[in-house]
Amino acid sequence: MTDMAVPGVVDAAKPFDRARALAAFRLGDQTFYWVTRICALTVLFILGGIILSLIIGAWPAMQAFGLEFLVTRRWAPQVSPSPVLGALGPIYGTLVTSFIAMLIAVPVGIGIAIFLTELCPPVLRRPVGIAIELLAGIPSIIYGMWGFFVLAPFMTNHVQPVMIGLFEGVPVLGTIFGGPPSYLSLFNAALVLAIMILPFITAISRDVFTTVPPMLKESAYGLGCTTWEVVNNVVIPFTRVGVIGGIMLALGRALGETMAVTFIIGNSFQINGSIFAPGTTISAAIASEFAEASGLHQSALILLGLLLFVLTFIVLASARIMLARLERKAGN
Amino acid sequence: MTDMLVMPKPTSATAVATPAPHKVAKLEVKNLDFFYGSTKALKNINLRLASNTVTAFIGPSGCGKSTLLRVLNRMYDLYPGQRAEGEVLVDGANILDPRIDLNLLRARIGMVFQKPTPFPMTIYENIAFGIKLYENLPKSELDGRVEQALRGSALWAEVKDKLDASGLSLSGGQQQRLCIARTMAIQPEVILFDEPCSALDPISTAKVEELIDELKAKYTIAIVTHNMQQAARVSEFTAFMYLGELVEFGDTTRIFTAPEKRQTQDYITGRFG
Repeated sequence: MTDMAVPGVVDAAKPFDRARALAAFRLGDQTFYWVTRICALTVLFILGGIILSLIIGAWPAMQAFGLEFLVTRRWAPQVSPSPVLGALGPIYGTLVTSFIAMLIAVPVGIGIAIFLTELCPPVLRRPVGIAIELLAGIPSIIYGMWGFFVLAPFMTNHVQPVMIGLFEGVPVLGTIFGGPPSYLSLFNAALVLAIMILPFITAISRDVFTTVPPMLKESAYGLGCTTWEVVNNVVIPFTRVGVIGGIMLALGRALGETMAVTFIIGNSFQINGSIFAPGTTISAAIASEFAEASGLHQSALILLGLLLFVLTFIVLASARIMLARLERKAGN
Repeated sequence: MTDMLVMPKPTSATAVATPAPHKVAKLEVKNLDFFYGSTKALKNINLRLASNTVTAFIGPSGCGKSTLLRVLNRMYDLYPGQRAEGEVLVDGANILDPRIDLNLLRARIGMVFQKPTPFPMTIYENIAFGIKLYENLPKSELDGRVEQALRGSALWAEVKDKLDASGLSLSGGQQQRLCIARTMAIQPEVILFDEPCSALDPISTAKVEELIDELKAKYTIAIVTHNMQQAARVSEFTAFMYLGELVEFGDTTRIFTAPEKRQTQDYITGRFG
């Protein structure tokens, strides 16, 4: 700094001036630092506030039911003198619908991404890619209506009877695919969920697949690999962190999705083992009952909300742990 | 400059294209043109690679030497819009024939790239992967083949205690030798090296060059390089390319000491490129 201020060479850049200019910058820097820090902290405050208010709201129900709440199948808010409320039905419905939705959406979504990046003729690549992204932009209420008026009748009249007939009398599977067919069912809700989360999985997988260095793919092709072998052994292992991230994002959405599911799941708290029976999910139960709930009933619904929060947190946390383990195993 | 290449009489053209009449031609390129969309990147290439020799391709960036290499194993086929016209004969069979099985062809003609490209798996799996594509071997035999390939690329001593480590954990030079081992493991007939040392330090480079020298006992080798000393060190034949044309092709010693063409001399002496 000083060697520039050689006397008679650069008069303008006196050390004094420079220090003042730097001080002004420092003030700007400090302000920027604090503004961004406050923004970041606000997020933490809001998160903490939500958790706190959920706990306060759910407290009466926690007091009344304790851990029993998690394993009680009965949901009877109108029983006197005090209502009997258990969360097993909604928890079951949430897990079953999300599981079926993932079972369908993960292979299909990754398959579409593979097609778009590795196999698709360039002319089709953009239109199909944009269509998938638009699918993500459709409001969930529209999925709900479409599911109710179009998908559910079709599945119920044509697909469900076939599956019921196919597995009749088979142990376990006979129960899972047991009749009678129903418009409002876990299965139909899961199908709609699968369609809703598909674009997430596809869009994220496609983006990470395009990050694979062409030379890496070429060296696999150079050994004589087929496209399937390249994808299975090089592209997916190389991008698994990103793909799993996309899957977890989709799972998070599937667990919490409310509107579309409320339309076609039937809002029944019964558990009878068949995926063609009506059921409910945590978010659907809250959405359909919150308006007329009060007292302990309302508190129980808030407790359900807290459970969903915990469930989603566990899913995301276990995804993190799994990724960390994969990273360590890969040694990079 | 182009008229220089159009001019030569057919007799001298054959003389240029066949530097080693006493050796059997493993690979023969005839009247090859190559297009990236509508851009012509290779113009009427004619040359023969003799069995068990090393042929170096030199020339300034963009002259088409890497493109030529990518024609020889039809790697360009992965990209729509790229096409080749003419003939490339491997043991007399035209590999530009659309009916040819690309996976088998690429197993016969291995390729090593500019940068090391280990697969995202263990060192052992990196080698075993290629073998398992073609052969269903019992574990013990597979182990033997992996060891043989790693010994062949002079990597065995360095990795034998950590075969279960990720291929990505090796140094750059080791990774490149891993890639060479991987290519050798499936027992190809021709190996194409596309600037294999451009990302390596001098010691690793020396090791890879030594390896190439040993490999020619078993394989026919083509190597693209920007390093003229490297071409002089490792190859028996050298092809000089410029602007998509094969300017001169012949004995490495002759090309480097008494080039026939002015452009070759200019390039070798560093006057351009």
